[in-house]
Amino acid sequence: MTVLEDANDGAALRADAEALVATPEFERAAARAESRRGFLLALPAYAYLVLFFALPLVIVFVYSFATRNQFGGTDLSGWNVDAYRTLGDPIVRNILLRSLWLATLTTVICLVLGYPFAYYLATRTPTVRNLMLVFVMIPFWANFLVRNYAWRVLLGRDGLVSDATELVGLGPREFLFTNTAVMIGLVYGFLPFMILPLYASIERIDGALLEASRDLYASGWQTFLKVLLPLSRPGVVAGSILVFVPSLGAYVTPEILGGAKTTLLGSYIVTQFLTARNWPVGAALSFVLMAIMGAAMIVYFRNEGRNL
Amino acid sequence: MTTSAAVEITGITKRFDQVIAVDTMDLTIADGEFFALLGPSGCGKTTTLRMIAGLEFPTAGSLRIFGEEVGTLPPNKRPVNTVFQNYALFPHMSVVQNVAFGLKMKKVPKAEIADRVREAIGLVRLDGMESRRSSQLSGGQQQRVALARALVNRPKVLLLDEPLGALDLKLRQQMQRELKQLQREVGITFVFVTHDQEEALTISDRIGVMNEGELLQVGEPEEIYEHPANRFVANFIGQTNLLDGTVESADTVCLANGARIHAESDHSPGTRVAVSLRPERASLHAPGEAPDGMASVEGSLQQVTYLGNALVYSVGLDWMQLEVRSENRPDIARLEVGDPVTVAWRPGAGTVVTD
Amino acid sequence: MIGSMRLPRRTRAGLSINALLVYVFLYAPIVLLVVFSFSDNRNVGQWGGFTLDWYQEFGDNESLQRALWVSVRVALWSTVISVVLGTLAALALERFSFRGKKVFDGLLYLPIIIPDVTMAVMMLLFFSQALDVADNLFGVGWTKGIETITISHIAFNISFVSVVVRARLAGMDDTLEEAALDLYATRWRTFRYVTLPQIAPGVAGGALLAVTLSLDDVVVTQFSSGPGATTLPVYVFGLIRRGVTPLINATSVIMLTASIVLVLLSLLAQRSSGTAFAGRGHTEPDRHDPLPISQKETS
Repeated sequence: MTVLEDANDGAALRADAEALVATPEFERAAARAESRRGFLLALPAYAYLVLFFALPLVIVFVYSFATRNQFGGTDLSGWNVDAYRTLGDPIVRNILLRSLWLATLTTVICLVLGYPFAYYLATRTPTVRNLMLVFVMIPFWANFLVRNYAWRVLLGRDGLVSDATELVGLGPREFLFTNTAVMIGLVYGFLPFMILPLYASIERIDGALLEASRDLYASGWQTFLKVLLPLSRPGVVAGSILVFVPSLGAYVTPEILGGAKTTLLGSYIVTQFLTARNWPVGAALSFVLMAIMGAAMIVYFRNEGRNL
Repeated sequence: MTTSAAVEITGITKRFDQVIAVDTMDLTIADGEFFALLGPSGCGKTTTLRMIAGLEFPTAGSLRIFGEEVGTLPPNKRPVNTVFQNYALFPHMSVVQNVAFGLKMKKVPKAEIADRVREAIGLVRLDGMESRRSSQLSGGQQQRVALARALVNRPKVLLLDEPLGALDLKLRQQMQRELKQLQREVGITFVFVTHDQEEALTISDRIGVMNEGELLQVGEPEEIYEHPANRFVANFIGQTNLLDGTVESADTVCLANGARIHAESDHSPGTRVAVSLRPERASLHAPGEAPDGMASVEGSLQQVTYLGNALVYSVGLDWMQLEVRSENRPDIARLEVGDPVTVAWRPGAGTVVTD
Repeated sequence: MIGSMRLPRRTRAGLSINALLVYVFLYAPIVLLVVFSFSDNRNVGQWGGFTLDWYQEFGDNESLQRALWVSVRVALWSTVISVVLGTLAALALERFSFRGKKVFDGLLYLPIIIPDVTMAVMMLLFFSQALDVADNLFGVGWTKGIETITISHIAFNISFVSVVVRARLAGMDDTLEEAALDLYATRWRTFRYVTLPQIAPGVAGGALLAVTLSLDDVVVTQFSSGPGATTLPVYVFGLIRRGVTPLINATSVIMLTASIVLVLLSLLAQRSSGTAFAGRGHTEPDRHDPLPISQKETS
């Protein structure tokens, strides 16, 4: 009658009637089989990442304890923390401090530019908002290299910025190869990273709270400082981390827009591998960079958790 | 080997970590029955349904469908189909493709699929909707597609997991009638899960009341309503008054305030029980004017609630409140709040229940 | 919902101006770059009349074309492999539980958050070690090249693909899969006829994202590449360091357009209609049409 009653099914069912009664053992076995299926699905990606990601990471860690031999190769026998000691070296320390300073400055500027923008964005009507968001993102989607290159063109001797300063009587100015140029490039590259989390956080705030503050005689500035800003803290923290971390490890931007006087951490690490051929130091510094990033992530997640 | 019972559940237990969702259940559902599993959220009714469907495996016990053991078979090997609570229609397929899915999986010949799908769509009266997608259908229409998709496979048992929950009241009542009619037409055993006791009473041939993993009572709607097996069932189905007391003899129960009323039971004297009295079975009288042969208690009228088609009287007894319901007929004398009254009922109307 | 509050006129003006300035800041460099790529003037930044010469030069430049071809090959291969691995990973994480799942989950997130430079260094050291070992053990004189670039790209693309597909899976109504099983489908056929169509926009979106990331990558590629194999961004990067030329301008505009188009496509793919996202498919309102059966009952 039903399509299920073909001979094979029926016979099999009757023969295994006993085996088909449920037992805790069967339940466990079924759960184990399911678990195994999941593991097998994950295995290819898992194996790939262990081999081509986790292992390389371990190798970096190992190399950071190695020594640079006289030919620029790496001697893996004999463990020492010499590479890490370079962190005390004035040159390295300068670079580290400069990088931290630049990253902080970039973050602050992004915050100052981005916060009013995010607030403005959050207070538009939904259609306008979505449109504005898309237009903020489009430049962001452009190739990162190209975005830095565009500033290289602008800031050069014949660039438009120079033309503009000429116009206002400041004479031709080339901003290239300065800290300022790098910072402009970094802000340009990461501003959307600040705007988006800020926007998301501000948008969630209950507008009635702001109105209540005004109702209770607070000035606009006070409302901002005491109500709006604290309420949008998750966004501020998220945006800051999203700008600070990549700025710290920036390589392409300083390479294109910076100069010899403005060596940053990213470039310094790269030179260890390409020219200075001091791989242990390069490895150690890469690891330090990752550690700083890890710390920032932990701060972010702790903050997130508290504000949920 | 083959019995006529559609579903035979013996000693079925389901444990999730430390929680026992279903505790050693025994249940037999007859062929062609419209059976409802009724209970509050979390009582295990959905888990039971899923075990019949094969979406969960029992921890222990035997599950037979028309005599064949299926407890550990995966769902795609069981001769049952399910109508899900949210319908679970495949959004990227049209109505026809949805309904044809099961047949396609069973590799039924194309011509036969076309015929049977047409038949099923006609059965649920959705002709004309064949090429629509679920987002173009109303809730009621989606539900019909879910039904057609299940029934087209001619399952031995059809399982329905609270299928009417998402519909508004009027539509729900309409669908209840249609489901009943459909089941009679098709003749398949329906197992229906719901938390709405009124719904269960309306459409099922028999009801199984569950709470906290246990099957408390199985019976026809009238049986469950008139003679609840215990406190929970009495309380869960419809409204009732529960008068606590102890059994004094085979036909007397001593209430909490010492009053003795006529109530029949076969519990041993001293057992703590409650007398379950439906509000509509009691009547209100002036003190002392209760007709002879009726069980009664004295109290005072606290509140009268006007329901349009009925009146509900809240009567305050010394130790509790009682509700009496009467039709709103102009000839019934209305009593005043504050008046002393007698509540009376035929002795048989009160059922003695234990916990 | 923050809504909008009446602010003093100066504040409102200030906010609007700030917004406008931000947009100018974001678009000016790109727009100017595009404009000047058509300028007939060796001096980048000065207008000299409209021309397509630089784009012609791009087409004629063999090194650039070779680099472009390498980029395309790497992008295609790394995308195909990372889409397969990433989708499997997403399925495993969203639909199953197994030992080591949390570790796997964490491992999958690392490539997304790790700094470029660190990953580049990682891959460099790994390849130099691995190729050394291979040479010593098997005598194969492999060198870094298009294969090693592809390996690195797959390493970070798997994570991005899996994030996108996971989002799609999580938002999908999983009772659909139960329904399929209930209707006699095997696990494989459930995947093929129900799950896959539902996550297809996510898979497509993830694939396009992988292509974009692969085409755009500079640092990791630079460190993973060897003699004879370089991608377009890395080659252009090298050119830029030697100076600004109109050729680079034209090349940049081409790369820019490609990125934007790809991301737009990726977003469009993910918004594809006809699927129940977050289980909340659109439903028409019920009209209380009395059907023949109920008409009979109520009469």
